[in-house]
Amino acid sequence: MVVSNIVQAVTHGLRQELARDKNVVVLGEDVGVNGGVFRATDGLQKEFGADRVIDTPLAELGIVGASIGLAVNGMKPVAEIQFSGFMYGPFDQLLSHAARVRMRSRGRFTCPLVVRTPYGAGIRALELHCESGESMFSNIAGLKMVVPSNPYDTKGLLAAAIRDPDPVIFYEPMRIYRAIKQDIPEKEYFVPIGKANVLQEGKDLTLIAWGAMVKVCQDALEKLNNKYSVQLIDLRTINPYDAETVLASVKKTGRCVIVHEAIRTCGFAAELIASINEKALLNLEAPVVRVTSPDVPLPFAKLENYFLPDVNRILKGIEKVMSF
Amino acid sequence: MPKKVLKDFEIEYLQVLDENGNCDEKLMPKLSNEEIKKIYEMIILIRVFDQKAFNMQRQGRLGTYIQFKGQEASQVGSAMALKDDDFVFPMYRSSGLLIARKHPIVQVLQYWNGDERGLKSPDNVNNFPISIPVGTHMIHSAGAAWAAKLRGTKQISISYFGDGATSKGDFHEAMNFAGVFNVPAVFLCENNQFAISVHRKDQTKSETIAQKAIAYGFEGIQVDGMDVFAVYKATKDAVDKARAGKGPTLIECVTYRMADHSTSDDASRYRTKEEVQAWQKKDPVERLEKYMRKKNLLDDAYKEKILKQSKETIEKAVTQFEKLEAPDPKDMFNYVFAEMTPQQKEEMEELLGK
Repeated sequence: MVVSNIVQAVTHGLRQELARDKNVVVLGEDVGVNGGVFRATDGLQKEFGADRVIDTPLAELGIVGASIGLAVNGMKPVAEIQFSGFMYGPFDQLLSHAARVRMRSRGRFTCPLVVRTPYGAGIRALELHCESGESMFSNIAGLKMVVPSNPYDTKGLLAAAIRDPDPVIFYEPMRIYRAIKQDIPEKEYFVPIGKANVLQEGKDLTLIAWGAMVKVCQDALEKLNNKYSVQLIDLRTINPYDAETVLASVKKTGRCVIVHEAIRTCGFAAELIASINEKALLNLEAPVVRVTSPDVPLPFAKLENYFLPDVNRILKGIEKVMSF
Repeated sequence: MPKKVLKDFEIEYLQVLDENGNCDEKLMPKLSNEEIKKIYEMIILIRVFDQKAFNMQRQGRLGTYIQFKGQEASQVGSAMALKDDDFVFPMYRSSGLLIARKHPIVQVLQYWNGDERGLKSPDNVNNFPISIPVGTHMIHSAGAAWAAKLRGTKQISISYFGDGATSKGDFHEAMNFAGVFNVPAVFLCENNQFAISVHRKDQTKSETIAQKAIAYGFEGIQVDGMDVFAVYKATKDAVDKARAGKGPTLIECVTYRMADHSTSDDASRYRTKEEVQAWQKKDPVERLEKYMRKKNLLDDAYKEKILKQSKETIEKAVTQFEKLEAPDPKDMFNYVFAEMTPQQKEEMEELLGK
């Protein structure tokens, strides 16, 4: 076991996969000599060489587009986009190409690439550094979308993403990069894509979150101090999401709160609620409540805290459902 | 302190075979008589295909089709310089290229009739599915070439695009990556003078497209794109250079789109008959025939035989194409991921039953 935060877990996962498969390459802006602006690739270029951990020109479309070409011709590229706000240059590459390589070539070519990117607000970063676009990427058939919330899952999900035969967007919660430390195994392990994690069993209410919001939910539950028995689900994979775990829980509790830091309209909670309505409507004791950011562009740092869901808003949401 | 010139550049123009079929023997690439005949036969085959596909679209037997008439030399000449396992990243006007790259004619028709099965590359040939967005595939070609370099496979990668694509940022990022990582890539621009209705002169202030390569640190060359020998030579040189680890090349084939942009376009809205007629004189087929006649490689009987053979080949493919069974609707779901997601399974059942 090794004590690790989320950034270090990324490094462990990358190191494990670089050592295992010579076709794995890590590429992006400042990932080599500098070890990444968050140090997620710290030391990897020294260890594996400049042909495996590659500093690229400052061009996000180029990084993702070249990764598609690399993947098509036998490599396993793990691209880093420095901040998720810079994902929209290569958005066309992901939507028009990466997601469709297998389909358009009838499986003759595949595109096993991973795009890692830190996402999320709450660290007073510059504008356009902090967006939560998970539901945008989940609205593209052919891409998988993964969001870990802790160091153990980060290493295990990253390893699974790198070995996945299809393109995976790997959203890293920037805000809690260094906030959580865990003992994680040094040996190889996986956390499967598409499986949610029940972090806490409960019977009164289902609370669903992912990424950085999981920690905020845990803080809220601590404050709630067992007033209700809450089942906390970390969705972990947004697409394809684990409907089975969500529905089983909601059928049991009959009440549900979904928390995400993306804005409300067309946020992923909407998809989850639709699925609950289709399959568990009659089990519901109250309408499902969404605790999300409002439908405004992410404000600059001064107003960031008003925008993001926090402990109080989550508690308010829980009370609203429980008192219905 | 006097100003000094830091860099100066020259751009070569290559023509081997002029409009009258006169050949510059010093520049003529090494091609056997058999190879020259093979090139001719392929050019005729794809020209017959192009006309047939257009007719079929007009008869309602094919979906929207993109003609390439006028560009046969740039597609066949370059294809002949490649190996099967080299990576080709074609664009929507590349049907002739695909046929020259062993893509079954039936499949090319299938694609233009809205059937994804048409894009599946033959097993031993690396033909990537054609790019519909303009210029977005050039960076994939740079990436595939980079993979070949990292894996030591000795493959090269080539992408095909038009003059319009060179205006896009995608062009810049692809050329820049290819240069920085010195990958075995060839960028082949079929400058056919038009991006739908917008003329080449309105795409860029550069005198040539070839010179854009200079800014990325590698060579660019402009060739007569209706001269199949010039295209072959320039591509062969670029491919050999790439395979030897000496980096990428940009080839600008100056050619002309004799047809409309697509079967939905009307080119008479934006160009004159006189202009088209002037380019018609440069036709890649006529000049090759003139040359071959001089070299005793072609007479009327051979010409007729090849035309007849080509028509038969295309008709056979059309018959086969029209007998094909419709694709299985389940295939919509079968090729998205290696394994279907639970959501997809449910949706497939809802849509198609168990």
